Amino acid sequence: MGYDPENPMVDRITDLGPPHYEGMFPPVIKENFGKWLYHEIIQPGVLVHVSETGAECYTVRVASARLISIELIREMCDIADTHCEGSLRFTTRNNVEFMVDSKAKVQPLLDDLASRGGKFPIGGTGASISNPVHTQGWVHCHTPATDASGVVKAVMDELFDYFTSMKLPAQLRVALACCLNMCGAVHASDIAILGVHRKPPMVDHDAISGLCELPLAISACPLGAVKPMKATNSKGEEVKSVTVNADRCMFCGNCYTMCPAMPLADPDGDGIAILVGGKISNARTVPAFSKLVIPFLPNTPPRWPETVDAIKQIVEAYAKGARKYERVADWCARIGWEKFFEVTGIPFTNKSVDDYRLAYDTWRTTTQFKFTSHIK
Amino acid sequence: MPKHDTPMLDQLESGPWPSFVTDIKRQAEKKPECWDILGQLELSYKDRVTHWKHGGIVGVFGYGGGIVGRYSDVPKQFPGVAHFHTVRLAQPSGKYYSTKHLRAIMDLWEKYGSGMTNMHGSTGDLVLLGTTTPNLEPLFYDLTHDIGQDLGGSGSNLRTPACCLGKSRCEWACYDTQATCNGLTQHYQDEIHRPAFPYKFKFKFSGCPNDCVAAIARSDFALIGTWKDDIRINQAEVQAYINGTTPPNGGAHAGRDWGKFSIKKEVIDLCPTECMWMEGDELKIDNSNCNRCMHCLNVMPKALRPGTQQGASVLVGAKAPILDGAQFATLIIPFIDVNPDNDFEEVIEVIESIWDWWMEVGKNRERVGETMQRIGLPTFLSVMNIDAIPQHVKEPRSNPYVFWKEEEVEGGFERDVVEFRKRHAQ
Repeated sequence: MGYDPENPMVDRITDLGPPHYEGMFPPVIKENFGKWLYHEIIQPGVLVHVSETGAECYTVRVASARLISIELIREMCDIADTHCEGSLRFTTRNNVEFMVDSKAKVQPLLDDLASRGGKFPIGGTGASISNPVHTQGWVHCHTPATDASGVVKAVMDELFDYFTSMKLPAQLRVALACCLNMCGAVHASDIAILGVHRKPPMVDHDAISGLCELPLAISACPLGAVKPMKATNSKGEEVKSVTVNADRCMFCGNCYTMCPAMPLADPDGDGIAILVGGKISNARTVPAFSKLVIPFLPNTPPRWPETVDAIKQIVEAYAKGARKYERVADWCARIGWEKFFEVTGIPFTNKSVDDYRLAYDTWRTTTQFKFTSHIK
Repeated sequence: MPKHDTPMLDQLESGPWPSFVTDIKRQAEKKPECWDILGQLELSYKDRVTHWKHGGIVGVFGYGGGIVGRYSDVPKQFPGVAHFHTVRLAQPSGKYYSTKHLRAIMDLWEKYGSGMTNMHGSTGDLVLLGTTTPNLEPLFYDLTHDIGQDLGGSGSNLRTPACCLGKSRCEWACYDTQATCNGLTQHYQDEIHRPAFPYKFKFKFSGCPNDCVAAIARSDFALIGTWKDDIRINQAEVQAYINGTTPPNGGAHAGRDWGKFSIKKEVIDLCPTECMWMEGDELKIDNSNCNRCMHCLNVMPKALRPGTQQGASVLVGAKAPILDGAQFATLIIPFIDVNPDNDFEEVIEVIESIWDWWMEVGKNRERVGETMQRIGLPTFLSVMNIDAIPQHVKEPRSNPYVFWKEEEVEGGFERDVVEFRKRHAQ
């Protein structure tokens, strides 16, 4: 007996929660839960975890595009059924991990993955660029200022070698959020790709009174740029609406989130900002926010060459200049941000000087600085 | 056969990184609506804006969260994506899947949806991407009845909690992140599915200060594993690193010749508190000065282990920038026992103290971190019944504008200005 639309509440089950994780474990994980002693990366993308029982768990990590089909997931299941006793897992960075319980089983798994036409590149461990976390972009979101999957594909095609090898000074986390809502949590990433709007919202006087609660639209603006006003709609009727003070607008899009009659997306207005030097881990230095180093790059589908070039420039300068274990944030702190702009060749503009709340904390209040090419 | 020309998207089929375009085309052979995903996306590539309408409220009976409505603004051109709602499924803790369970979900999504997914969404849910309104109830019925799988959260409610993989495969987890995540997810099903909060609220559980699940940056309530006592040292293994028998950092730097491992340069000199030194062949740690940053454990996982008195730190109030700028979570409780044997009683008590206060004073669409900023950390600490300690701040305040309360000042605030004038002419 399946769902009966005539009696939708009959036999209804709710609030089951997720299935219990233990039933999803491969046997070697279940048997050694809480007993792991140490791990090593035996080659890029291949980890071994050793238990106090002497058991070993070999993990092969592969990239995924995050936006993936059920056909591809079934193929992953085929691989896991053949090699991994019917289990697999996903990492917080959307990699896929296949686990086996002996070294002898690693090579057949690697061979199988390699035989599938580049669908499962192996890497993302240690001093590498792991799988970029990203959002939906134009493929499924209503507020994006750029695409997500396409930009990530273009960037990672160029940086692929840094996924499959471990030659960077430390791990490097790239993330993309397609608008300032930052579902992709790029605000604490080594390199953050952020979709930004640059034109204030338009007001659709025909739609606003039917679609929006005006007080919510007005209070949504953190800077008080949205004010109530009377307007005339296309039928010549006077309607209650709002006006936007463009000088006060910071293009955050929060008004649009609250009020669909205030769209701000635009082919020329929208594009990408690059932020760098964020981190989550507490290792050595404290967690840090990403800092805005490029305020705007245009949306140039399908391959966003300006964005790809900018990121490549930053990664190459970091790979060359940073010390072993130094995250991008630590490297920038050591050499100083003025040097960062010099060694990456990124032009410094007044858009990188903060004028939002608490901006003063970021202004230089010392005579300690370096003479770089910026001082003429 | 492709239904639309997609010359720009076709360019994303070359190159070594896995191509979502190739994958969608493959799925389109079985699910023709996928051609319309590509068609609409190609139009966005041409127009350089999104073609999804704003919002849309859909869901299943009795739930306020778990499904996000989505409609095309060009439905006539692309009827296959006219409705294209997102279904969030609660993921198993640590994102392990049996192929049996995963295949069952895929079969349902072939029956009721587009065949496209996100593995996973940024909050952690398994995301099924694209279905129509009439399919929602039958999908939910089959999900719950046939495969014992529930929806996740969306809207102003508790979002699907997420954790690192914890003790299942990591030697550093200081508490059982998966048991905690699963336990609290089950405990708070009502809060996940039925919005009752001023805004979204996220739990994240990380087993150690490396924070692989980004709890400190992304969650309103972050539980990050730590320990109280001394780092355990295996001196023989320390020697194996010094001798070059064991590669540092688990071999993470194998792709480049960084020269011979130096314990002084790579461990002792990089310790942020300078609390380590060598005495002859022995590594010594002044644990009272250690801030448990994890660097030495990361570099020498075979030689060093967290202490045995393990638990977690509670940090509150992280969020992304909208509206008032990004916030990391603030340390509120340096150490808490995380105990599955009493159903996480200590942790639940803290969570509910936060909720009681935030649901009372939080404004509409205000994250708890913003409420804390608006009202002030001293007030938050007092409503939480927590004494202020130096661990709560990076440094003491540098302004003297203290909000004294009347009862804290001798004689109170009421004074007689007439009496004052007898001694002090105007």
